[in-house]
This record gives sequence, C-alpha cells and structure tokens, in this order.
Amino acid sequence: MNKTLNQKAWLFVIPVFVLVAFNAAIPLMTVVNYSFQETFGSNVFAWEGTRWFKEILHSERFHASLGRQVIFTFIILLIQLPLGIGIALTMPKKGWGVPVCLILMSMPLLIPWNVVGAMWNIFALPEIGFLGNSLNSLGFDYNFTQQSGDAWFTTILMDVWHWTSLVVLLSYAGLNSIQPAYYQAAEIDGASRWDIFRYIELPKMKKVLTLAILLRFMDSFMIYTEPFVLTGGGPGNATNFLSLDLVKMALGQFDLGPAAAMSLIYFLIVLLICWIFYTIMMKDEGRS
Amino acid sequence: MNFYILIKITDWLIMAKITLKDLSHSYLLKQNSDVDWALRNINIDWKDGGAYALLGPSGCGKTTLLNIISGLLKPTKGEVLFDDKDMTTLNPVERDIAQIFQFPVIYDTMTVYDNLAFPLKNRGLSQTEIDTKVKEIGEMLELTSTLNNKAAGLTADGKQKISLGRGLVRSDVNVIMFDEPLTVIDPHLKWILRSKLKELHQKINRTMIYVTHDQIEALTFADQVVVMHEGQIVQTGTPVELFEKPKHTFVGHFIGSPGMNILPCDIENGQINLGGIKLPNKINTKNNNFKKTQVGIRPEFINFSNDGIQVKINRVSDTGRHKVIDAECSSGNIKILANSSTQIPSGSAHITFDQKYTYAYGDNWIIE
Repeated sequence: MNKTLNQKAWLFVIPVFVLVAFNAAIPLMTVVNYSFQETFGSNVFAWEGTRWFKEILHSERFHASLGRQVIFTFIILLIQLPLGIGIALTMPKKGWGVPVCLILMSMPLLIPWNVVGAMWNIFALPEIGFLGNSLNSLGFDYNFTQQSGDAWFTTILMDVWHWTSLVVLLSYAGLNSIQPAYYQAAEIDGASRWDIFRYIELPKMKKVLTLAILLRFMDSFMIYTEPFVLTGGGPGNATNFLSLDLVKMALGQFDLGPAAAMSLIYFLIVLLICWIFYTIMMKDEGRS
Repeated sequence: MNFYILIKITDWLIMAKITLKDLSHSYLLKQNSDVDWALRNINIDWKDGGAYALLGPSGCGKTTLLNIISGLLKPTKGEVLFDDKDMTTLNPVERDIAQIFQFPVIYDTMTVYDNLAFPLKNRGLSQTEIDTKVKEIGEMLELTSTLNNKAAGLTADGKQKISLGRGLVRSDVNVIMFDEPLTVIDPHLKWILRSKLKELHQKINRTMIYVTHDQIEALTFADQVVVMHEGQIVQTGTPVELFEKPKHTFVGHFIGSPGMNILPCDIENGQINLGGIKLPNKINTKNNNFKKTQVGIRPEFINFSNDGIQVKINRVSDTGRHKVIDAECSSGNIKILANSSTQIPSGSAHITFDQKYTYAYGDNWIIE
C-alpha cells in the first residue's frame, strides 16, 4: 500500500520543539559547555576537559554538602511517608469532614516557597517567634540561628509542615480507590486491622506511594528556597545543602566551570536514584 | 481421590437454615415514601443445603439483601435467623459465612496458597490442618499447579477461583454467597466456572445463594429462584414455575426471551376481554377494583389458528431454532414464538392463546 507522503505534520510539532529547546535543551547544553571550560568573562573560554568534574568529585566541600543532603532527604522521607499514610488513614471517608480535611491539607501546598521560609523564620525566632519563644520559655535552649541542631530541627519541621500534605493527599486518593469489596472480604476472612493495612491497603497504594516517594525524594533533594530564606545554609555550613552550595559557588564565587560540573553531577545523581527506585518498584507490574 | 474428598467434606458439614423475617432496609436516615426503601418486607425461608438465586435488574436491592444476610449491613427493620438463632446484630465472622464478590478479591502480594490459607490462619488453625485443607481445596478447584505462584499473576477466572476457594476452605461456613461472581469472566470460561459451581454444590451440599441479573445464570444454578423488583420479592419458585406461572408482570417480562406479552384488557363477569374478544379463562373477580388490568401470555404459548384474535404480522426473525414473530393486535404488540418449520402466514392472521398459560393481572399482580 502506498502511503501519502505528508511532511506538513512536522509543522505542528515545531512549537513543542521550540518550547523544549528553550526550557530544557539549550539551558542544559549551556551548563554542559561551561562544565568543560574555563571562562574569564567577556566570552573568553578555555578548554579544561574533565578537570572540573575531577575537582568536584574529590572536593571535601562537595562531599560534605552531599552528605548533608542525603541525611536531610532520608530523614524527610522517613518522617513524611509514615506520617502522611497515617494521616490519610485517619481522614474521614465521607461527610462534611472530607472537604474540611482536604482544604486543610492543601493549604501548606498552596503557599509560595519563599513565603514558607519567611513564615518559619519569624515563627521560629528565639525572642519574638511563637515557636522559638515558647520553646525557650519551656526551658529549652533553642536558637536556630546559632545552634546547628536547632537549625536542622527547624528546617525538617518546616519541610514536614510544608510537604507531608502531598503524601497525605496521594495516599488518601489511593485509599479511596480501593473497592469496598476488599474490606468486606477481609472482614469475612477475619483479618485484623494490621492485616488489612498490610495485605490490602499498602499493596493497593503501591503506585501512588511510588509517586509520593519519587516526588518527595526529588523535591527534598533539590530543596533550595525554604532553607535559603530560613537559615541561609547556616549557622556556618550546618544546613548548607547541595543546591545552596551550588548557588554559592556559581553566583557567590563566580566559579562557573566547577558549578556547571557540580550541576551535572547533581542532576545525574537525582536521575540515577529515581531510575533505580522506579525500576525496583515497578519490577512486578509488567507481569501482572 | 474425588471420593476421598467427598468423605472429607461431609465430615465438616455444618448446615444452616436461613430465615429472613419482615426485613426492610433503607440507606436513608428518614424514610418518607416507598422509594426511600432499598428493601421492603422481605420474608424468606431457605432450607439448608439448597441452591438459591436472587434474580433482578441492577438496583433492585439484591446486593443489599445479600449484604444483610452476610452481616456486612445491619437491616433497618426485621430479623435474620440462621437455624432459628437471631444473627441480626452479628458480624460476618460471627455468622460464619463466605461471600464471593462481583470481581475477584484477592490479596495481591500473597501466593495462591497463602490466599487460601489466610482465613484459616486468622481463625488460629494449626499449620498441618491448614496445609491439608488448602491442598484439598486447591485440588478441587484445579489450582494445584499454581499454588506457589503470586496470586496477582493469575487470569480473572483463576483469581475468582481463589476468592471462591477462600470461602470453601473454611469448614464452619453456614452459607456461601455469590454476588454476580461471573461478571468479569470471559464468556467461554463462564460456562466452565458455572458448571464447576453447580458441581461443587452437589459435592459439598452447603447452602449457596447466588445473586445475578442474568436469568440464565440464575435458572441453571438454582433450585429456587427469588425474583426481586424495586426492593420487593415478587416471586419465589423453581425455574419452571417462574416460567409457566409468573405471579407478577415483572417476572413474566424479566424471565424468558422474549419475555411475556402483557396486554391491557378488561375483566368482565369473570372473563378476560381483550379488545372485544372474550378469552375462555375463568377469573375470580371478587376484589375487582384494580386500577389497571392486563392479560399475560408467553410467546411460546401462542398458536396460529383459523379464528381467534386477529393480528397483523409486522416482522419475522428466524433465530435458527425458532422464529420470533412481531405482530400487532388491536390492544398492542404481541411477540409469538414458533418452530422454525412453521409456515408463518403473511399479512394478517388469527392467533389463539393456550388457556392453561394465560393469566390475568390486576395492578401487575396475578389474579388467581
């Protein structure tokens, strides 16, 4: 059969190409360019090969901020996932409580990130902030601008407040899509509450939880705005996470080459972890 | 092997008679009119070991009734008795029932074996007891070769067998209930599973209740079919009774293909007057204050003759085994079923109704 050759269809795809080029391909290629060269301003470049990559990979500064980042993300996932699932399980399934809970849960997600940072900054100030002041009057020696432990505590608390809702909403959607027959069958089989969670709810939530973990991993691994406003990476380098460090290197010290190399490494780490995680989670899906 | 299974099963037979007394249920807190009730005045007496079907269209209340019997729902009014013991407030575990749902309900992450063992584990049976029973049931349902596979990997009918198996492994089951269990099964497997169910019923002789909107499923499975319509039981009977003597126009309509012809008529001096023609049936006219009177005759029981009711023949469709004739008389449309070999007169013809199977209905209920 002869197919009519019609190249006009390409015209319709052009806007997408242009869009993707400007928001992804061109910026990324610029970073790739910078990562292999030394710039001296006024568009003078010198080829450096893989020097910046080697430098970053061996730099203690990078190791330290990567370490902080991994610990932070790990703690965030460890708190937000069980907490989010737990809240979703206790949320009402019908009645007036549903919209009330959903609205309450979506609120933190709707607040701009720098506002969240500013809010918590004021909230946690040791002298005048409600949290800081309360903690201090309860006898705790709390000062997130001076003590690294307190800075971590505040940053994690802020992120939990800001993002647990996402896990809650996703889990809640997953829970609501479970057919009542599953609960009825479990009731007839004499399953305990824990059995129901373990054998029905958790497996049925697998897909939304995969999504929740991926989103929370990426967002917390790339966290920038909120700690930037809250602690600015301090005290010292205590909360100097990867993205904060990256921006300091690129815009503070104007080390564009190493910063570009670091961005690429950063990007590849996120991509790699997401890919590994997704592959493991979806391993059984193809078969069923 | 089958003989051995049979003996083993009769060993653990515990049967129960099921009685429903003046049962009504509403999903609303306040009921203002009949339509607010999902179920109205249900009275049922089911013997142990019988195979029963609840038949009715979607929304007639059959699933509600089933959930009340299983204990998943508490009825608004009335009682549920198993062997004359009041079960109304007990939960499904206390009632010892098994229920198979519309779509296969399995525990995805468990193997087939663990799925079957799950209800037994929850009831605290020993490992050896569990193992014996699971293997027995696996054998019976032809799941032996897949026992160690992940349940999620099975086909729809395999999964439905697992849900069935989880009910069958338990020796204490009073009644096994099926809520349209073949909905998601492929047509060619439906036959296999259906005959399997029938076979199982004969083997284990336990009370089974089968809910369906498919008349063929109900009629082939059950000894007694309960036909439901708008929350009420309109007739209970054997498949033959439902076919030959529908007590409600809905039963006539719903059972049979094509369904019963229901035509408006007058009842005068104990006789049916159908558009000027008096039918020979004797009708008891003692309480003759119906808003609406109708005559019902199944297409199978109409014959062509030289005189009788005059009809105009509109269309004849040959299904291979028989012919379905669309005809029209002065009172409305009539469907007639005739043998494929019957010569169908064209244009106009005369028909007679088989007197034995002609019934008069007042306000949709049969007038005896």
